[in-house]
Amino acid sequence: MSSKVAELAAQAAEVDIAFGRLTAEEYVENFSDIHPPLDRNKAIIEANRCVFCHDAPCIEACPTGIQIPIFIKKISTDNVKGAAKTILEANIMGGSCARVCPTEELCEEACVRNTQSDQPIKIGQLQRYAVDNLMMRPDRQLFRRKPATGKRIAVVGAGPAGLSCAHRLSREGHDVIIFEAKEKAGGLNEYGIAAYKVPNDFAQSEVSYILSLGGIEIKYGQALGKQISLVQLRKDYDAVFLGMGMTGVNALGIAEEEMEGIENAVDYIEDLRKSKDLSKLPVGRRVVVIGGGNTAIDIAIQIKRLGAEYVTLLYRRGPEHMTATEWEQEFAQTNGVMIKHWAMPKKLIGRHGHVAGIECEYTQLDDNGKLMGTGDTFTIDADQVFKAIGQTFVPSPCQDNGKDLLQLSKKGRIAVNDEGLTSLPGVYAGGDCTEGQDLTVAAVEGGKVAAEAIDRYLKTKR
Amino acid sequence: MADLTCKIGGVTSPNPFWLASAPPTDKEYNVVRAFQAGWGGVVWKTLGEEGPPVVNVSSRYGAMHYNGTKIAGLNNIELITDRPLDVNLKEIERVKKAWPDRALIVSLMVPCEENAWSKILKRVETTGCDGVELNFGCPHGMSERGMGSAVGQVPEYIKDVTTWCKKHTKMPVFVKLTPNITNILYPARAAVEGGADAVSLINTINSITGVDLDLMSPEPVVNGVGAHGGYCGPAVKPIALCMVGEIARDPACKQIPISGIGGVSTWRDAAEFIALGAGSVQVCTAAMHYGFKIVEDMIEGLSNWMDDKGYKNLDAFRGRAVKNYKNWQDLDMNYEIKAKIHEDKCIQCGLCHIACEDTSHQAIRAEKKDGKRIYTVVNDECVGCNLCLHVSPVDGCITMERVENGKPYMTWLQDPRNPANMKKKTG
Repeated sequence: MSSKVAELAAQAAEVDIAFGRLTAEEYVENFSDIHPPLDRNKAIIEANRCVFCHDAPCIEACPTGIQIPIFIKKISTDNVKGAAKTILEANIMGGSCARVCPTEELCEEACVRNTQSDQPIKIGQLQRYAVDNLMMRPDRQLFRRKPATGKRIAVVGAGPAGLSCAHRLSREGHDVIIFEAKEKAGGLNEYGIAAYKVPNDFAQSEVSYILSLGGIEIKYGQALGKQISLVQLRKDYDAVFLGMGMTGVNALGIAEEEMEGIENAVDYIEDLRKSKDLSKLPVGRRVVVIGGGNTAIDIAIQIKRLGAEYVTLLYRRGPEHMTATEWEQEFAQTNGVMIKHWAMPKKLIGRHGHVAGIECEYTQLDDNGKLMGTGDTFTIDADQVFKAIGQTFVPSPCQDNGKDLLQLSKKGRIAVNDEGLTSLPGVYAGGDCTEGQDLTVAAVEGGKVAAEAIDRYLKTKR
Repeated sequence: MADLTCKIGGVTSPNPFWLASAPPTDKEYNVVRAFQAGWGGVVWKTLGEEGPPVVNVSSRYGAMHYNGTKIAGLNNIELITDRPLDVNLKEIERVKKAWPDRALIVSLMVPCEENAWSKILKRVETTGCDGVELNFGCPHGMSERGMGSAVGQVPEYIKDVTTWCKKHTKMPVFVKLTPNITNILYPARAAVEGGADAVSLINTINSITGVDLDLMSPEPVVNGVGAHGGYCGPAVKPIALCMVGEIARDPACKQIPISGIGGVSTWRDAAEFIALGAGSVQVCTAAMHYGFKIVEDMIEGLSNWMDDKGYKNLDAFRGRAVKNYKNWQDLDMNYEIKAKIHEDKCIQCGLCHIACEDTSHQAIRAEKKDGKRIYTVVNDECVGCNLCLHVSPVDGCITMERVENGKPYMTWLQDPRNPANMKKKTG
């Protein structure tokens, strides 16, 4: 009898990783748009709720400074093309920002309607309505390049920062060559954002819209420090913009034995985004995600939506400390993700070379507000463990023979001034490889600001 | 509980809320549903003389929507009833018998000949209805055939027809006035002179609600073209109130009872009309927009408000605002108010500031302190115009505060700055 129990227990503890946990319909449903778009009627009703503030707080809260009340007013009068122009003039990636921005802590948090009626204007949804409508128009090209200047600028990275910078530079009449390490442009919009936030290949549609202006060429498979070097780019081009994001991943800070089933969240999400058939992705039955940011939320929800039965998100502090917004946290919870606060990983438990569980320790703050373990532990069974504890900037590609070419910030990213200028003349940077909010919208602004500075630099250089 | 019984021009109804002569009162089915819902009375949709057919077109309505609010105003190009006179009369008789406590007035429009009016009055009288309303108002269609507002725009015709009607029937005669004139007092006085028991106003206003920019046609569009129609609904209330007030305060109108019409949508609208002298109110657009059940709130809301104010019946406050309806020259030049912004209620929208800055007196200063927007009234510049209060989306955020300047009530006529007074001085 007791041997039977032991056998059952052993079976129960068997690693359970499987493919195709769901039906084809379930995959489609789970990875379709989380916010269905507004139709004209809903958009006009929502737009009419806008107070049309003077010196509106929402504009101030938008990193790209979109004239929000103006575009909303235009939606209310059916001038949707004009609305899109207002948006894209300030933020060429207004379409993806409308989908991925944490509006609840940006424009919508600042909306005066919060104080007046507890319900902000759905600014993100309205922005999407305007841009999506423009994208479907035959006359969707709103911009025209100024006469050619003959200047050529190298942009490293075809993510939001690089694309935004390239578009602005091209409008000024400069020619732009973008060097992209991967096989597609879009950066995190293409490879890093949860699939249900940007379905229907939106990131690529946006890239093609940006490129349709002309004057921008993307060279794929070109990574800085490998196929190209900063030293050479400086020689070959009139200016350089670096927007390669963060390519490193933080370590757990505990012994990480080599074992199967332990993955970086960003890598898995990239596989998911590249995947043409979600049933080909390995999904554990019991999954633990370690981290407290939006990547942690994104992997937790997506793995749940891929059919994992139990998904536990482990975070060493309280909900108020998570960098994931309140809305994101709630969205994870309503998707069936269990968020375990005040606990940290202590030891990874392996069996036959595969992860089987994780030993955790409860945490608390000491009298000085410093995080410490309580000494009490517990164990969670896990077939898969995802690390989502932040990414790091890898400076080596910017080095020359092991010597830093660029000054780095205290936190180890590329140091830039207000205009995005690095410590090297003619070399600018923006987006996640520099300090800032680590948001798509902030990267777009970084690229835009740098492009304007590069334009000024090239004009004075002459 | 306040008594809402309404007595006007010899007609009594349990409450002052009547449905105006219009599509909602075109037939027994609708009127019965209205009475079931609680309406105090109806004016049956206008009957015409027997014989010439009335034929309608489609579409018949155009609307003014405003910032997402549907039907701020409605316009129609429908004619008088297109159902046979006999059918209407039979239905009216049946309804009146079944609902004896409700007011049932029959609206009439026949050619401007004494014989035509006497003939139809005789027939209507047999239904047992409570009175008739002479439709001198319709601005479209019928006016092109010499009826409706074509009569209402000529005071002499009004007087003549009213006189004939009073001669040929014992039923109370209400005269419905058109606002498509320059001074409402002339047709109103004509009705009084003709012996009318009451006037009803306003009828609809000549209007084009919009232009279809694809078809390049006025709206409502009938196969690519449009005709002007009659405008009504919330947007016309201010015009109607003004005309009602004019009649109520005009000595020559001799306090003729008034059935107030024009954009009445809530009990509050009704209270305002009654305060300016109306006996009953007539409603159409609000019912066409939301159905008959809106009368429940109208009755209850008016009654609750009257209880709060201590008004036992409608006469207790009827006309109370009439004496306060003055001409501009009678206003107090020494009355001074200034805007006050209550910062605790401010949502930082900045609308008060920009309205004042761009379009008025630059009397609201905008500042930022610790990322917060702060708006302050510059008292020396504020003229107390009220604009900031109206644009503010937050009730109570801006109030107008009286400045106690100790100066007496002084009208423009008394004002030393009035050139007329200066002349007196120097001359």
